[in-house]
Amino acid sequence: MEVWRKFARTAGSYFKRHRLLIVFSVFSLVILLFILIPLFKMVFLSNKEAIWQAVRDTTVLESIWLTLYAALITAAIGFVLGVPLAYILARHNFPLKGVVEGLIDLPIVVPHTAAGIALLFVFGRNYLLGKWFNAIGINFVDSLAGIIIAMLFVSVPFLINSAKDGFRKVDVRLENVARTLGASPWQVFRRVTFPLARRSIFTGTLMMWARGISEFGAVIILTYFPMVTSILIYQRFESYGLTQAVPVAAILVVVCALIFIGFRYILQREKKRD
Amino acid sequence: MIELKNVQVKVADFSLQQINFSVAKGTYTVILGPTGAGKTVLLESIAGLHAVHEGEVLLDGKDVTNTVPEARGVSIVYQDYTLFPHLSVKENIIFGLNVRHISKSKIAEELEWICGIFDVEPLLNRQPATLSGGERQRAALARALITKPEILLLDEPLSALDAESREEMHKQLQDTHRKLNITTLHVTHDFEEAMSLADNIAVLNQGKIVQVGKPADIFYRPASDFVARFTMARNIFAGKINGQVRNEKIFQTDSLEICAVSEKKTAQYAVIRAEMVNLTAEQPVSQANVFRGTVKSITDKGANILITLDCPPQFECQVPRQQFEKMMLSTGQQVYLSFLPKAVHLI
Repeated sequence: MEVWRKFARTAGSYFKRHRLLIVFSVFSLVILLFILIPLFKMVFLSNKEAIWQAVRDTTVLESIWLTLYAALITAAIGFVLGVPLAYILARHNFPLKGVVEGLIDLPIVVPHTAAGIALLFVFGRNYLLGKWFNAIGINFVDSLAGIIIAMLFVSVPFLINSAKDGFRKVDVRLENVARTLGASPWQVFRRVTFPLARRSIFTGTLMMWARGISEFGAVIILTYFPMVTSILIYQRFESYGLTQAVPVAAILVVVCALIFIGFRYILQREKKRD
Repeated sequence: MIELKNVQVKVADFSLQQINFSVAKGTYTVILGPTGAGKTVLLESIAGLHAVHEGEVLLDGKDVTNTVPEARGVSIVYQDYTLFPHLSVKENIIFGLNVRHISKSKIAEELEWICGIFDVEPLLNRQPATLSGGERQRAALARALITKPEILLLDEPLSALDAESREEMHKQLQDTHRKLNITTLHVTHDFEEAMSLADNIAVLNQGKIVQVGKPADIFYRPASDFVARFTMARNIFAGKINGQVRNEKIFQTDSLEICAVSEKKTAQYAVIRAEMVNLTAEQPVSQANVFRGTVKSITDKGANILITLDCPPQFECQVPRQQFEKMMLSTGQQVYLSFLPKAVHLI
């Protein structure tokens, strides 16, 4: 009896002291389970035989490979073109800067099918840029190039925003000091600004790659074939039903989880080293 | 040598106006001014980090108004030393040599030379985040001076330090200046720091230089009531000159007549520094500037005691601790305060 009373007292005071933490933990658990249960069930509780079959299916493997490297090329293009824009937005003021910053977020906001149609209007064979690129042999419909521009359009805002925040956090006075020490603006960027913002830029690039891998709406408008994995999953679901779609989805989830958990681990380790 | 001719700089909603002043080669000049006066903007303009809208900046007689910062031979050290956090102390110090693509052997030679001056050898392999305030400052100075600039700009270099390190760094700055004899421009809001380091002081307020002079000029002969207030003169009375007795002017305030030695024909303010006011229990024999007052408050400043007296008006008077203890003053007590006519400065 005494022991019980003591326990009740301790528990009561624990609850009082950590009320906020306990309530927040309960809410956190709900959202975590919401994310994890469907993914977990798909990967671990679906038909093992069907998954093994899908792993040996070259259509599936080629599609996953295509998705990963198309998204990687997209991230590389986004890096080259997005980092300079992020730097300008972080360091300089110009008229209508707020509007430009708002426009950058637009691809995140609009439905991605609408984004795909907008791209088709510009890069389609009969339209402005489509014609020019066609002349040099690049075609954006039903091609790798089409996948890439669709992914680029919807994912580059993640890189720009993340890199912009990274550049903003670099003290301008560090750049000033570097200039007075004899460094040219290029040297300052390469030796001071970029290294100090690199974690945000890297995270942004990774986010962009991830967003590219998961893209469906914009890609399907421009390029049904060759098939990225999101489209393959949809196609199998439509044609053969859930049993055929689940294994492909499960493999993609596992591949992505391995890659991103790996990168997160590397980032954490680097953070600790600093 | 630094010369600024009619320099005008606009940064966001702040501007420096009509800055005219020069710093002689090898001197230590302090720009003194309150927060927001534009001190940092002025330094950064000399370094070439802000566009000069009008006027000229000359370094050693050469017009550098449109020269990029990296070609000016001017090094800047900021308040918190802004060491590059991703580089070791050694990489920080040799940064200016690395960007110039200087040979490894030459870099080693220069590094040894700078280590000899700033005693940074034991810090070379450390990361900036692990350094103390004083160590950071030494590393930052070493980094700024290894490239042998013509001019050293210091932005509030002592403000981020605790009292003990401040004193140490104060000595370090004096030593550095003596050893390298580099033209130094130091900005601060602390007038005591300015007094103790400067060959010359320029007072900056709201983007304008309001007085330039030797430390004693600024301290004892402020050009405006702003400078008097900023250097903590403490007793500043508005009024006007209302007569003359021999070579002494009579300055009339609302409630007092103050005798002052001055060449001025007109004046708006009489300034008497708190430490120039004498306190006595008995009425002193001197004729001029003796007033009776009641002790209103006593503030212990450590070595000195600040006493506020109600005459009226209010006078503030600073006495050394020993004298204060001898007089055994307490609030409400009646005392005599007096000051010499030559201790009164008319503006």
